[in-house]
Amino acid sequence: MTAITLAKGLTMGLRAAMEADPKVIIMGEDVGKLGGVFRVTDGLQKDFGEDRVIDTPLSESGILGTAVGLAMRGYRPVCEIQFDGFVYPAYDQIVSQVAKFHFRSRGRVKMPIVIRIPFGGGIGAVEHHSESPEAYFAHTAGLKVVACSNPVDAYWMIQQAIVADDPIVFFEPKRRYWEKAELDEQAAPDPLFSSRVVREGSDATVLAYGPMVKTALQAATAAEEEGRQLEVIDLRTLSPLDMAAVYESARKTGHVVVVHEAPANLGLGSEIAARVSEKCFYSLEAPVLRVAGFDTPYPPSRIEEEYLPDLDRVLDAVDRSLSY
Amino acid sequence: MTPSPSFGPGLKEVFGPAVEGTGPELIQLLTPEGERVEHPEFAFDGDDDAILGFYRDLVMTRRIDTEATALQRQGELGIWASLLGQEAAQIGSGRAMREQDFAFPTYREHGVAWCRGVDPLHLLGLFRGVDQGGWDPLVDRFNLYTIVIGAQTLHATGYAMGLQRDGVIGTGDPDRDTAVIGYFGDGATSQGDVNEAFIWASVFNAPVVFFCQNNQWAISEPIERQSKIPLYQRALGFGFPGLRVDGNDVLAVYAVTQAALQRAREGSGPTFVEAYTYRMGAHTTSDDPTRYRVTGDLEHWKLKDPIERVRAYLSRTGVADDAYFAEVEAQADELAARLRKGCLEMPDPSPLDIFDQVYEEQTPELAAQRDSFASYLASFEGGST
Repeated sequence: MTAITLAKGLTMGLRAAMEADPKVIIMGEDVGKLGGVFRVTDGLQKDFGEDRVIDTPLSESGILGTAVGLAMRGYRPVCEIQFDGFVYPAYDQIVSQVAKFHFRSRGRVKMPIVIRIPFGGGIGAVEHHSESPEAYFAHTAGLKVVACSNPVDAYWMIQQAIVADDPIVFFEPKRRYWEKAELDEQAAPDPLFSSRVVREGSDATVLAYGPMVKTALQAATAAEEEGRQLEVIDLRTLSPLDMAAVYESARKTGHVVVVHEAPANLGLGSEIAARVSEKCFYSLEAPVLRVAGFDTPYPPSRIEEEYLPDLDRVLDAVDRSLSY
Repeated sequence: MTPSPSFGPGLKEVFGPAVEGTGPELIQLLTPEGERVEHPEFAFDGDDDAILGFYRDLVMTRRIDTEATALQRQGELGIWASLLGQEAAQIGSGRAMREQDFAFPTYREHGVAWCRGVDPLHLLGLFRGVDQGGWDPLVDRFNLYTIVIGAQTLHATGYAMGLQRDGVIGTGDPDRDTAVIGYFGDGATSQGDVNEAFIWASVFNAPVVFFCQNNQWAISEPIERQSKIPLYQRALGFGFPGLRVDGNDVLAVYAVTQAALQRAREGSGPTFVEAYTYRMGAHTTSDDPTRYRVTGDLEHWKLKDPIERVRAYLSRTGVADDAYFAEVEAQADELAARLRKGCLEMPDPSPLDIFDQVYEEQTPELAAQRDSFASYLASFEGGST
């Protein structure tokens, strides 16, 4: 067992995937010599060469568009989008081409492409570097969307995503890149498209993914001091959603709070609230509440801590649910 | 008023006019009158049998187009994108490809599809609305039609980068060395994706031929709205050669494309080929070109018809007689009849089909959605699936 950071978990997972399959290639801006701006691809070009770890032109649509062609030729491109706010130039290729190819070709052409996107705020960055665009992709048929929240999941989920034959948008919580955890490489991982109860509790259910899982767990610790037991679920997969554990928990607690950094309007929380109300209507003691970013552009960083959901806002929502 | 500053020579001085296509730069091997002419750099290396084959290809392609247009007019196709006038650009470039080469078309490359052995019935399926392209792009080495303008040029470049990694470039083995050809039109040259594809292909030296059919029109917008310089001149700025070929001259298109593909297969990188032609029909059957262009242009371009010049050459030289032309005509009639029959008999897909091909690994939620919809359909008297 060794303690690794989330970023290191990704690096190790990418390395393992490249060793396992020579068709796996990494492409992105600054991913080679520099090792990526977050050093997630550190050392990979040195060991696997420039043909497999490609420093691309500064051209996001180009990264995804050429990845389509490479996939048609049998490759498994892992594309790095340097920051969340830079994915939009590639949006057309992702939504119109990558997502639809399998469908249009009636399954004859597979698109085993992984699109890695560091997402979310909290690092004091300038604009376009702190966004949470996951709902755009979860809304698109043909894509799958996952988000890791911790070093162990980072290590396993990136490998599982690369092996999968469908295109996957892989969100990485950039402000948690330096969080550490013990990794047991011999342990069996959970399936990629599964949610997981990360803390059991009986009074209310808190759902989170990516960077907000830690926030939710902090809220649960604080709530315990007040004698409340929060159940925390790490959703892990955003499309498809894995709702079984969520429904079970909702039926147990009757109170559900969804947390994400992305704006509330039509975010993942909206879909989750709709599904929980459809499936658990008679078990609910209160409406599903959302703790989310506001429906504004991401703010200047000096006030981002006010914008981002934190422990107190999660507990406030729990209070409102329990006192409904 | 201060006169506006002048920086170096004028565009026209350096590049020549954007529109006029008959300058010395236009590579031509067969004149509109059907005369073979020499070019200092390019020659047609085939024999008269090959030209007979081209003639047949051109006629068959035009017949596919005519029949499809008629089917649309009769309500059997939702829409059709005619290639009228562009047959030589497509047959010349399509026939220059080798078996192992790969083509990335727009939605108008019916002639290239013909060269790749795609059953034209599959093209009708897309425009009839029964599927989104019924052929197997990996088997025919002809991608599905791409409707988002220019997106396929990046796919072509990526595929070419895959060829580089597979070591099928520059080996000297004609059965192994492979190239890619990406098709697009004059309008697409204004798209970001096309310009990005040029950059990627250039810096990675990718084995791809960018084949632009400059048919002068992007629906209603003339070439002047896309470029102030001849399109082929743009290639130089990206760092690879650009050529302008008479797009209505099947021999010249074949010779130029063959050379460009061979250059790619040898590992010398991309080439831009501008096939200078004219869209004789509407953009699609939904378009009305009388709103934006004058008939004089059409009359001018009719004289440059890509099929008539081949026929004139074959007749005058005695390579083909009336019996040959009649035989090709009969084959075209037969093809048209088969297409019409096949189109009318094409079954509609089942509404439940759409759920199964979204993913390689089906998701539980989509499977549940399918089941729920199936139950709903079955709830009607007698069911409707």
